[in-house]
Amino acid sequence: MDWFYIKGILILSGINLMAVLGLSLLTGFTGLFSFGHAGFMAIGAYTAATMGIKLGLPLIPSLLIGGLISGVISLFIGKLTLNLKGDYFCIATLGFGEAIRLILDNVQYFGGARGWPGIPLKIDLWNVAIINVVGILILINLINSRHGRNMIAVREEELAAKTIGIDTFKHKMISLFISAVYAGIAGGMVGYYTGFLQPKMFSMNKSTELTIIVIFGGIGSISGSVLGTLLLTALPEILRAFALWRLVAYGAAVIFIMISRPEGLMGGKEITLKGFIRLLNIRKRSGKAAEG
Amino acid sequence: MRKFWGIFLVLVLVVSIVAVGCGQKQEAAKEEQKTQEAPKEEAKQETAGDVVKVGWIGSLTGDQAVWGQCEFNTVKMLVEEINAQGGLLGKKLEAVGYDTRGDAMEAVNAVRRLTSQDKVVTIIGPNASGQAIPISTVLEEMKVPDIATVATNPKVTVVDGKTKPFNFRVCFIDPYQGAVAAGYAADVLKFKKAAVLYDVADDYSQGLTEFFIKTFTEKGGEIVAKEAFKSGDTDFRPQLSKIKTANPDIIFMPYFFKEVALSANQARELGINAVLMGGDGWPSEVLLEMAKDAVNGSYFVNHVDFDDPAVQDFKNRYMKKYDRKVELNGYLAHDAFLMFVDAVKRANSFDPVAIRDALETTKIQGITGNIKIGKDTHNPEGKEAAIIKIVDGKYVFQQKYAPSN
Repeated sequence: MDWFYIKGILILSGINLMAVLGLSLLTGFTGLFSFGHAGFMAIGAYTAATMGIKLGLPLIPSLLIGGLISGVISLFIGKLTLNLKGDYFCIATLGFGEAIRLILDNVQYFGGARGWPGIPLKIDLWNVAIINVVGILILINLINSRHGRNMIAVREEELAAKTIGIDTFKHKMISLFISAVYAGIAGGMVGYYTGFLQPKMFSMNKSTELTIIVIFGGIGSISGSVLGTLLLTALPEILRAFALWRLVAYGAAVIFIMISRPEGLMGGKEITLKGFIRLLNIRKRSGKAAEG
Repeated sequence: MRKFWGIFLVLVLVVSIVAVGCGQKQEAAKEEQKTQEAPKEEAKQETAGDVVKVGWIGSLTGDQAVWGQCEFNTVKMLVEEINAQGGLLGKKLEAVGYDTRGDAMEAVNAVRRLTSQDKVVTIIGPNASGQAIPISTVLEEMKVPDIATVATNPKVTVVDGKTKPFNFRVCFIDPYQGAVAAGYAADVLKFKKAAVLYDVADDYSQGLTEFFIKTFTEKGGEIVAKEAFKSGDTDFRPQLSKIKTANPDIIFMPYFFKEVALSANQARELGINAVLMGGDGWPSEVLLEMAKDAVNGSYFVNHVDFDDPAVQDFKNRYMKKYDRKVELNGYLAHDAFLMFVDAVKRANSFDPVAIRDALETTKIQGITGNIKIGKDTHNPEGKEAAIIKIVDGKYVFQQKYAPSN
């Protein structure tokens, strides 16, 4: 494998990972399914590109603004739909994602469906890696905070959470907001990586792909999301040799995991150093026992 | 404490990823050094390797798979033929093709793989502008030329007045095609009132619509209705009803054959008798099967006259090998391949940069017409369009047409 090719896959994984992390918070830790995250990515992508090209902002601020705008829009959606119970939110996001894409198709200022070429290329492996590390750190801190625990409570049993005094609506809103910010930043990176944006890139397929990765990696596990993203982004590329059977093999792999490990790769567990040390200790102890 | 361990773990992960990356980089650097130290060996290897790889990308799956498969089949067939005749510059060719699913990111990955791992000397395809535009950055980094087949968006080769050094194409572009359609409708067919029905979610459709309207109004015609639908729609009656009340002479339908067939049938059902007109998304056997009567008497702009004696030979060869008819993309893939072969011969080398330089001065007779690449545009200049009329389920060639101004 050539490094140039691997680098491409890693950058793409990094971009996907950012969106998956956001979705992981929403789906994995708060229990809300979204099929419209490509829409948030699109908002972030077009905002970030506008900031960079029309206003001349550097990469990081324009990505952040892209994320923020995407987050603010998510608040409107959330306000309207998060009071709905069950699957309604999911349907609403689905409609939202498609609506965003169709609006962008019509806005000639951004090139419409024909796309927007000529976005400066500012993404390399380094800044993708740094953005992802920061993203993961913030997410871990959030999940281990009071807010994070409240979100998990909402996922586990919304009614019970309400009874003990958790403002479930507020926590769902926070979760959606942060999730949209992450997706927006990921979208911004897409533009700065390919140098070209087209509404077609943010179709429902993209949203479903993100959801598949979250579930594949394991609901409620950040390390699962990381692992899932790396695997599922690399898999179609590794399978290139299979030519036409590639996508079938990809689908089969996902189904295989879902059957053999319905809880996903990590199944709510995290890879932590503590666990690693414990594993080592057990080995040591059993080693000593064998000696004695 | 838990927080701390979490953070620590992430750091370890990242460091390890980076370390792996750097390790590889170092290896790559070492290899580079090696090659620098022993350039003679490398050169020997190159002459020893008898196979030169030609890349192809496009949709082998998804809604444009019909065209993608035809393109790849064409390229494979031509490679076999060249090999049977003893190869090119004494070397055998090999076609390496990857599927893009019609997705821009996949196209970028595929080109990364083709240029770095497979070390192809030239890439043929893709057939869509949405994939041809984002791959240019990879091409420029790896210095490998690409000849797009039917990517008709002007921005594939020129963005903001700058020519992209490694992007070429073999087809004419949207502004030209739109101008041809509008010019023919206004000047030759003498129509005054036109309606446009277009696919708002499709880049190709939006492009043609824009330039058709521009030229048609410039020529003194009037656009009486402009209605949109989005890809995947199957019911066009609401839009067609509005078009019907506007009573146009001609309806311009710049989208692909599946939707053309459905909308044409529905237009006739609603009693619209206007002449229909379209672009190079029309020609397909499927169109005639699905809407034989509805599209009777319609016109469309095409890259090639199917009955031209020059194309018969290719058509027959393809039919003989694959036992099915060539789709339009096949002709353009054929000419893209001719461009490549011609460039290699003139450059007398398989060096991608030398091929690129030779491509800039291409001047050949392809089966889709004269191909003379403009140095500043990387487009075939002054390539005439073929106007085709559908008569009783047959594609009847009318004339080669270039807009007057």
